[in-house]
Amino acid sequence: MTIHKKGYYGDFGGQFVPELLMPPLLELEEAMRTIVPSEPFKKELNALLADYVGRPSPLYRCPNLSKELGFDLWLKREDLNHTGAHKINNTMGQGLLTKYMGKTALLAETGAGQHGVATATAAAMLGLDCIVYMGAEDVVRQAHNVKRMKLLGAEVVPIESGTKTLKDAINAALRYWIAEQGTTHYCFGTAAGPHPFPLLVREFQAVISLEARAQCLDKMGRLPDYVVACVGGGSNAIGMFHHFVPDETVKLIGVEAGGTGEPGCYHSAPISLGTPGVLHGMRTMLLQTSEGQIEPSHSVSAGLDYPGVGPEHAHYGASGRVRYDIAVDDQALAAFEALCRREGIIPALESCHAVAWVLNHAAEIPKGSQVVVCLSGRGDKDLGIIEAHEAKLGGAK
Amino acid sequence: MSQSILTTRIMEALAAGRKALIPFLPGGFPDKERFFDELAALDAGGADIIEIGVPFSDPVADGPVVEQASLDCLLNGTCLSWLFYELEKRKGQYRAGLVLMGYYNPFLQYGLEQLAEDAADAGVSGFIVPDVPLEESGPLREALDKHGLDLIPLVGLNTSEERLAAYAKNARGYVYFVSVLGTTGMRESLPTEVKERLAAVRRIFNVPVALGFGIKSPEQLYAFGDLVDGVVFGSALIAHIKAGGTAAEFMARWRS
Repeated sequence: MTIHKKGYYGDFGGQFVPELLMPPLLELEEAMRTIVPSEPFKKELNALLADYVGRPSPLYRCPNLSKELGFDLWLKREDLNHTGAHKINNTMGQGLLTKYMGKTALLAETGAGQHGVATATAAAMLGLDCIVYMGAEDVVRQAHNVKRMKLLGAEVVPIESGTKTLKDAINAALRYWIAEQGTTHYCFGTAAGPHPFPLLVREFQAVISLEARAQCLDKMGRLPDYVVACVGGGSNAIGMFHHFVPDETVKLIGVEAGGTGEPGCYHSAPISLGTPGVLHGMRTMLLQTSEGQIEPSHSVSAGLDYPGVGPEHAHYGASGRVRYDIAVDDQALAAFEALCRREGIIPALESCHAVAWVLNHAAEIPKGSQVVVCLSGRGDKDLGIIEAHEAKLGGAK
Repeated sequence: MSQSILTTRIMEALAAGRKALIPFLPGGFPDKERFFDELAALDAGGADIIEIGVPFSDPVADGPVVEQASLDCLLNGTCLSWLFYELEKRKGQYRAGLVLMGYYNPFLQYGLEQLAEDAADAGVSGFIVPDVPLEESGPLREALDKHGLDLIPLVGLNTSEERLAAYAKNARGYVYFVSVLGTTGMRESLPTEVKERLAAVRRIFNVPVALGFGIKSPEQLYAFGDLVDGVVFGSALIAHIKAGGTAAEFMARWRS
C-alpha cells in the first residue's frame, strides 16, 4: 500500500477539518505512535479481547450452504463477539487508549446503533462517561439498540438536522468534539474520517484478518480464494482484508449496499456509483451532486447507510486491489433468510450484503473454492425491519 | 505582492478610529432576490468586508443558526455559479471587500483553477474555508495565489504558537480568530483566555486580526482594545433578518 503523504492512501484520506480540531488529531496521532505499540497497552488490550470480547472469533464452515453451492463457504463469526458485532474490537481499543491518554469520556456517533452499543459497553467497562449522537431516523429504526445504550449508562442524543441519519450524527459529533476535546475522545466508529482515524480503526479491526488468515491456513491448509465483506464506512471490511492484502492470489471483494436497486433510487454505494470529494475530514468517494452537495444515502441496513466510505477502500477501489460490487436490499434479505434457515444463524443485515454477493455470484466461483465471508454482526437488532418487510410482502401478495 | 484590498479596508477603518465591521451573510439568504438588496445595504451601512457564505449540505463548523440558513439557501437553489454570475453583474458596486466563506467540497467540485478565476472576475478578494487546515491548504492556496486572492487563516484558542507561526508565513488579508472552542453562534460571554491568545496572534501575524464566532453585541469587544482590528458577526445578523429586521438596521447599531 502506498501512502504518498501523511494520512493518505493514494489520492484518498487527509485531514480536512477545522483548525480547532487539529490539536486533538495531532494528540491522537502521537498517542497512536507512543501508546498503541507499547507493551503494557498491547498486553491489557489483548487480555480484554480474549476474556471480555471473546476472541478469537471462530472461522466456521457452513455445511449446508457449502453443499448446495459446490464450494466451501466459511464465516468469520464476528457476530459471536460480546455485544454482537465487530464494533467492540474498535471501541475496546479506543476506550483503553482514551484511559491511557488521561481523558474521561467517550463520544460516539452511530447509525445502526451497534457502534453506539459497543462504545457504551467499553465506556461502562472502563469507567468512562459516554455520549452517543444518532440520527433521529435511526433512533426510530434501531429503538432496541437505543434502549441497550441507555441501559449501559450512555446519553443518546437524537439529531434532527439534515437527513437525520449517520452523516448528520457525525457532523454533530465533530461539533461536540471541538468544544469538549480537553476531556473527551471521539471514538470514531468506522475506518473513515480525518487521519489518524482510518489508520487507528484499522489497527484495532485488523485482528479479524490476523486471526482469519491463521485459521484458514490451519483449517484449509492454504489461503482462501475469496474474502468477502460488506462495506458501509468499511471497518469490518478493512479489518477482514488487511492481512490478506499482500496475498495476491486472494480475491478481495467489498460489497456496497444498493438500496432498492431501482433506477434513480438513493443507495449507499459510493465506490461503485460515487465520485471523489471531501466530507467528514477525508478525501474519498462520495454520493454527491455535481455541485458538491452530499446526497442522502439509503439502505435497508442502517449500518451501511452512509454517503461516504473509508479512504483506504477508495484507494483499493481505484487501484483495483479490491473488487467492489453491489448487493441490493432484496438480495440481502434473501441472504438473511438463507443463513437463518440453512445454517441456524441470524445475521445482521449489513453482513447479509456480503453473503448475498456470494449467493449471487455462485456461478462464477469455481467449484472447490474456499470462500470466506466476514459475518460482521448478528441480526437481533434488525428483526423489526425484517418483520416490516415481511408484512409488506405479505400485504402485496 | 501589493497590499490586499482586505487589509486595506481594515486599515482604513482603524485610521477612522473604529474597528472594521465584517458581517457574514449566506449567499441567497433570506431568498435569492432579497440577498443582493441586503448585500447592498450591508455595504452602504458601513461594512468594511462582507463574508458571503457558500451553502453546503454538511457545514460541520457551524452552529444551528448558520446551518439552517445554509440548508434554506440550498433549498432555494443557491449555488456557486449563480453567485458568481450575479456578483459579476454587480462588480465595482461595493466598497466593501468581498470574501467567500464555504466548505471545501463545493469548491473542489467547481474546480480550484476555475474557482479562482471566476471569483476574481466576480470581484471577490479572498476565501475562508473552515475545513481546510494548514496541512491541506497547498492546492487551494496555489490556485488562489495566481489570481491575487487571499486565503484567510482561521485560528483559535487551542492553536499552538508553532502552528500560528506556520499560518502567519503565508497569511494575507487578515487572520480570523475563532473566539470559542465551538461552532458559530451567539454567546453571552467569551472565554477569558481569548485575550491572552489574541496577544500571541497579534505578535506572530503581520496582518490585521478579526474576531469571530459567538459575537452578539458591540459591547463584547470593549474588553479586547487594540488586540482586535475587526469583528465578524453572522448568527446575530441572520437571526435579526429572520425575525423580520433588515441589514440596514443591524448595521446602524454596530456603526454607533
